[in-house]
Amino acid sequence: MSQSPDQAGHFGPYGGRFVPEALIAALDELTAAHLAAKSDPVFLTELDRLLTTYAGRPTPLTDARRLSEHAGGARILLKREDLAHTGSHKINNVLGQALLTKQMGKKRVIAETGAGQHGVATATACALFGFECTVYMGEEDTRRQALNVARMRLLGAEVVPVSSGTKTLKDATNEAMRDWVTNVETTHYVIGSVVGPHPFPMMVRDFQRVIGVEARQQCLDLVGRLPDAVVACVGGGSNAMGLFHPFLDDTSVALVGCEAGGDGVETGRHAAPLTAGEPGVLHGARSYLMQDEDGQTALTTSISAGLDYPGVGPEHALLRDSGRATYTGITDGWAMQALEKVAKTEGILIAIETAHAFAGACDWGRAQVAAGRAAEDLVMIVNTSGRGDKDVDTAARWFGLVTGEELAESELVRAHEGEQP
Amino acid sequence: MSQLDELFARCRAEGRAALVGYLPAGFPSYDLSVEAMVAMVEAGVDAVEVGMPYSDPLMEGPVIQAAHQASLDAGTRQADVLRAVEAVAATGAPTLVMGYWNPVHRYGFRRWAQALKDAGGVGAITPDLIPEEAPEWLEACRELDLDPVFLVAPSSTDERIAVVGRTNRGFVYAAAVMGVTGARAEIGAGARQLVDRVRVQTDLPVAVGLGVSTGAQAAQVASFADGVVVGSALVSALEHDGVEGVRKLAAELAEGVRSAG
Repeated sequence: MSQSPDQAGHFGPYGGRFVPEALIAALDELTAAHLAAKSDPVFLTELDRLLTTYAGRPTPLTDARRLSEHAGGARILLKREDLAHTGSHKINNVLGQALLTKQMGKKRVIAETGAGQHGVATATACALFGFECTVYMGEEDTRRQALNVARMRLLGAEVVPVSSGTKTLKDATNEAMRDWVTNVETTHYVIGSVVGPHPFPMMVRDFQRVIGVEARQQCLDLVGRLPDAVVACVGGGSNAMGLFHPFLDDTSVALVGCEAGGDGVETGRHAAPLTAGEPGVLHGARSYLMQDEDGQTALTTSISAGLDYPGVGPEHALLRDSGRATYTGITDGWAMQALEKVAKTEGILIAIETAHAFAGACDWGRAQVAAGRAAEDLVMIVNTSGRGDKDVDTAARWFGLVTGEELAESELVRAHEGEQP
Repeated sequence: MSQLDELFARCRAEGRAALVGYLPAGFPSYDLSVEAMVAMVEAGVDAVEVGMPYSDPLMEGPVIQAAHQASLDAGTRQADVLRAVEAVAATGAPTLVMGYWNPVHRYGFRRWAQALKDAGGVGAITPDLIPEEAPEWLEACRELDLDPVFLVAPSSTDERIAVVGRTNRGFVYAAAVMGVTGARAEIGAGARQLVDRVRVQTDLPVAVGLGVSTGAQAAQVASFADGVVVGSALVSALEHDGVEGVRKLAAELAEGVRSAG
């Protein structure tokens, strides 16, 4: 069951390479470098050293006892990627790709970012490796995630606000692709999720598998058995794929992916292609996609910049079709409630992206109990993919945590930040 | 012999390169886009690429991106693109569609191939599709006698150029420089090298695109290629100087491909 794509990067009918011919040579080079690295003890030792001594792996598995009452009493274990360096799982993939960049002899790195977590991780690795770094970010997202813009610039990266199209992650990805086509000889494009042309979905998954490999063993050590479900949020789907993949053969373990339901999947204003999209081609791969009847990419809606994306990784598309994983849309409101619950019951401030997974986990636990399963027998692992510092501003507005005067003050600070070069 | 084969044979007999002009359907409006495409044929463009507007055109620079978006904002639908093909094909100039893959994928490539054929189109250029991902599309093209045109780039290996040479019909589209579409001050030496590399692999005519905007550049490219493709410069002309601007630039370019040594 542990699936691998075919040689051309197809996961069943999904994946592949739908890109300009100019990029094929670079994708071939990258594929060869990745496949060689996978079995190169020197590479693997170096990556392991970085993950341990720099990124802080292994991340802990935290028993969230107080949160359990919100999930029908099911036991919830948190895989704490929020404790990894830079505050999310994104660092796992970025360190792997940075090592490959070095091996390929490239000195310039570009990336796209939505919430800014992948951008921050990339800027961090570039500082560490001494690469020149340019991050493309939708103008709308630079506004929503100003803190991360400042972090990237502090780390020495150039942040380019993208004002074309919808001014979000999709358009940042377009601009990064255009940069790559132009500068491919000197530049590596660090795609941040399990999306894009082959080998990215496979390669990013391979670098993120460490999440599931660790979590699986930690669960066996702690509970003495495998979990009943593993739950993760899905935008492009890298933290979910990293958690799911080592459990694919464990058929007793349910794989639950939580997409951005926005205002509600039934309203059409959401970012949940696996729940309510159709197969299509975007950013180099065939997968599920939010699109109109002419094949134009549809507008997406989500409170979470990191999940506000019309596409999704091709391996998720296959898992959806085969039924091995199930995917559900979580509304903005439900995700924000979950964020508050986790903060107040566990003392952990999670990212809004991550909050979708917690909401989905609560739903799953309750549904199991309602279906007659004993709550005390249920164990779930929820991927705590990122920490929520970057989202405090959004949360403050959502919950009305600050006064109008205080908000005006923060607007001033933000306006000032916007003036930075 | 397809319309494109005839065109390139005729141009070869005349000792010149063919001029291929690109404009997106529906920009700035449906009527003006068709009027401009007909005008460029009247002014000497030999074959037309009707651009299919797309929300995420990865290979386009700012000028064509903006035109695609404006066309979509104006309400251009797939049916309008096919209607534009029909209007332009009626001039007698071989008419292709230049289109990103998802709109075709969504339409259903077999159904779309039939619609293109019915509209009088001769084939399609697919900038984000490679031959390896296109077996069903190629089969539909074979059945309907349409010309599939894939691209080669300076980064393409000889093996890949050979694959494109075997797969394409009509001509090989050589993307002259690494990068997106848009006018460039100079056409680099890379374009000629790429054309030479393609000629080793195939007898198909080679058309060069990306960056050509003036009659002088057209003449320069025409001296080593069988076809010269112009896009962004025509879009800019239409945007700033209307249909007459397109007519004027097309005439200049047509003279360029005829004045090459």
